[in-house]
Amino acid sequence: MGSVLKIILQRLALGILTLLIVSVVIFGAVNLLPGDFAESILGQGATPEAVASIRRDLGLDQPLITRYFDWLGGVVQGDLGTSFAQANFASFTGTTSGATTVAAQIAPRFANTMFLAAVTAVIAVPFAIILGVLAALYRNSVFDRAANIFTLTSISSPEFFLAYILILFLAVLNPIFPSLSNIYSGMAFSERLEKSMLPALVLTLVVTAHMMRMTRAAIINLLASPYIEMARLKGLSPMRVIVRHALPNALAPIINVIAINLAYLITGVVVVEVVFVYPGIGQLFVDSVKIRDIPVVQACCLIFAAAYILLNLTADIMSILSNPRMRHPK
Amino acid sequence: MIWFAVGLIVIAAVAWGFRFAGQAATRQAPYFRDMPFGVAYGYILAVVALVWLVWAYVQGHSADPLVANKFFFLRIAVEGFIICATVAWLFRLAGRSIGTAWSRKMFRAMPLTAAFGILMILIYAFVAIFAPWLAPYGQEQIIPGVAANIVPGGDPALGGDPAFPFGTDQIGRDILSRLIYGAQNTVGIAFATTLLAFFLGGTFGFLAATLGGWLDQVLSRAVDVLMAIPSLIFALLLMTIASVWAPRVGIPLTVFMVLIIAVIDSTRVFRLARAVGQNIVVMDYIEAAKLRGEGMGYLVFKEILPNATAPLLAEFGLRFCFVFLTIAALSFLGVGIQPPLADWGTMVRDLGSFVNYAQFAPLAATAPLLAAGAIAMLTVAVNFVVDWMLQRSSGLKE
Repeated sequence: MGSVLKIILQRLALGILTLLIVSVVIFGAVNLLPGDFAESILGQGATPEAVASIRRDLGLDQPLITRYFDWLGGVVQGDLGTSFAQANFASFTGTTSGATTVAAQIAPRFANTMFLAAVTAVIAVPFAIILGVLAALYRNSVFDRAANIFTLTSISSPEFFLAYILILFLAVLNPIFPSLSNIYSGMAFSERLEKSMLPALVLTLVVTAHMMRMTRAAIINLLASPYIEMARLKGLSPMRVIVRHALPNALAPIINVIAINLAYLITGVVVVEVVFVYPGIGQLFVDSVKIRDIPVVQACCLIFAAAYILLNLTADIMSILSNPRMRHPK
Repeated sequence: MIWFAVGLIVIAAVAWGFRFAGQAATRQAPYFRDMPFGVAYGYILAVVALVWLVWAYVQGHSADPLVANKFFFLRIAVEGFIICATVAWLFRLAGRSIGTAWSRKMFRAMPLTAAFGILMILIYAFVAIFAPWLAPYGQEQIIPGVAANIVPGGDPALGGDPAFPFGTDQIGRDILSRLIYGAQNTVGIAFATTLLAFFLGGTFGFLAATLGGWLDQVLSRAVDVLMAIPSLIFALLLMTIASVWAPRVGIPLTVFMVLIIAVIDSTRVFRLARAVGQNIVVMDYIEAAKLRGEGMGYLVFKEILPNATAPLLAEFGLRFCFVFLTIAALSFLGVGIQPPLADWGTMVRDLGSFVNYAQFAPLAATAPLLAAGAIAMLTVAVNFVVDWMLQRSSGLKE
């Protein structure tokens, strides 16, 4: 077991290193911006003194490396900086109330996005595995071919197309779910679930297709192995052969695919959140991109990248744990 | 919800009865005797779904406008599906009897989905190339004397205009012309981006595979880092920066977008090209070419590239879909292809709210779906073709 722990720690260290380099890339990219925020909010007629004072307030007069380490040090302590837009607003109104720090702005939205992702995962994962097993069981039948066409179509459609189709059928023509997900804190769980149902269904459609195809492929790959032949010759029913004999051995690639798809989910939410006006981190990101609120953009990017790396890392570790051959690399 | 569950239970009962009746009627024919319950259930479920679809289709022709509106989209979907299937079937039939022996043989083994995909790609290419001649109006042209928001369909009684079969948008531009020009802009830009991504990723991937050593290490680690950032997020971040630079440098934002997406996507191509290249580099004929004293360019273009064509071609199709969808998503979010260029993603965003009128004016709601559907149709077509190619080359029969 010691060697497994060592491998996991190695991967974890590698993940943190990747995240560090990614943070450098993000920070570097953002600082490619010509001019700075002080100039852009004050406009063309700004006096040099005003620009300098805002720069001092926001710490923009420090050298690049100092700023990077300040930012990184803050991030590690959970301080993501001050939102430019909010700081600007506060300086105009003279109040300091409300969420001026990026962390305070992101925290509730991050929770919302996690909620959406969780709802999607709860629907999509069992659905995808059941469909995948069925498609493998009745492979090359009408059902399999129909499922193949259906999943290919939903993988290749843009998210907003699926979103509008679902809005059309489930919100406008048959008012089952609301088409706007106006979620606020203190909402009852059932109501919150109902309001986030449509975005969750869109994401389910996108993610299920991929997971189902991989489940089917993983099981079909195993069906040629001798022990499956043996199980068949024993006279077991096809369902039992697949569920009891093939599925446990196919779990490793399936878990891998699930983790990768959840990683996709974290980033795929951006478009879906915008369509449904869901107050999640994706929408905040797009809004900040439009008004160039750099600290928020930076923080969102870092969070997305961290979630992505973490889930890919999980997939990696899972596949090592489930496959003894990978525990002892040559 | 309760009715749904009751329905499923009723179907289960009917399925049991169906299997039992089949067994009794055919005197235990092996087909019915060995039929698992799941299969019987599936048959009955399919029959119920088909009956419902036919019922909904008939409802779509109902005289009561409220009922007809409710099933309007299902009606269109059913008709569209039948038309698409028929046209694809005719196309395959034509392909089987016209052309060279090679192409006829190819069409004979082709599934209907792949035939549909090829036909669609041909149509899109045709529309994209000949857009200026096909479109009745210019893409930015605000036609004088024509109202905004004319409903698609061309029926004056429903707020349409026969001169504008697909209606006009919120500032009075012809939607049909914009859709046609959108094929040129969106598909053209996506195609150019994919080509650039392949050029970059392929060149560096093959170089890394052939040269190895520190160059391989540096490139591979750089690609690892770039791939650790989700691509849409990274594209959005870089587009933010580009949108500030574009007016200062005087280069259109679209050029920046092409470069950004090409670089991000070339990382994926690099991975594949490197992996494929590494498998080829160890072959004997490469060794022979090296001993002959051939240069780097000869090795990459004359020896490695021809042998890596098949996987790269399939990847090109998939990559094109990704790039196309990324561009559509960026445009939909408002940071992609910039107006006044006609583009499908932007059109969906501008016309999106019309979906909410579907109950009373279904024709008005079709406007955003047309643009979104145009995007979906092309990616679906490309995926169908790639799926068929992959299945054919890997020989996956089971």
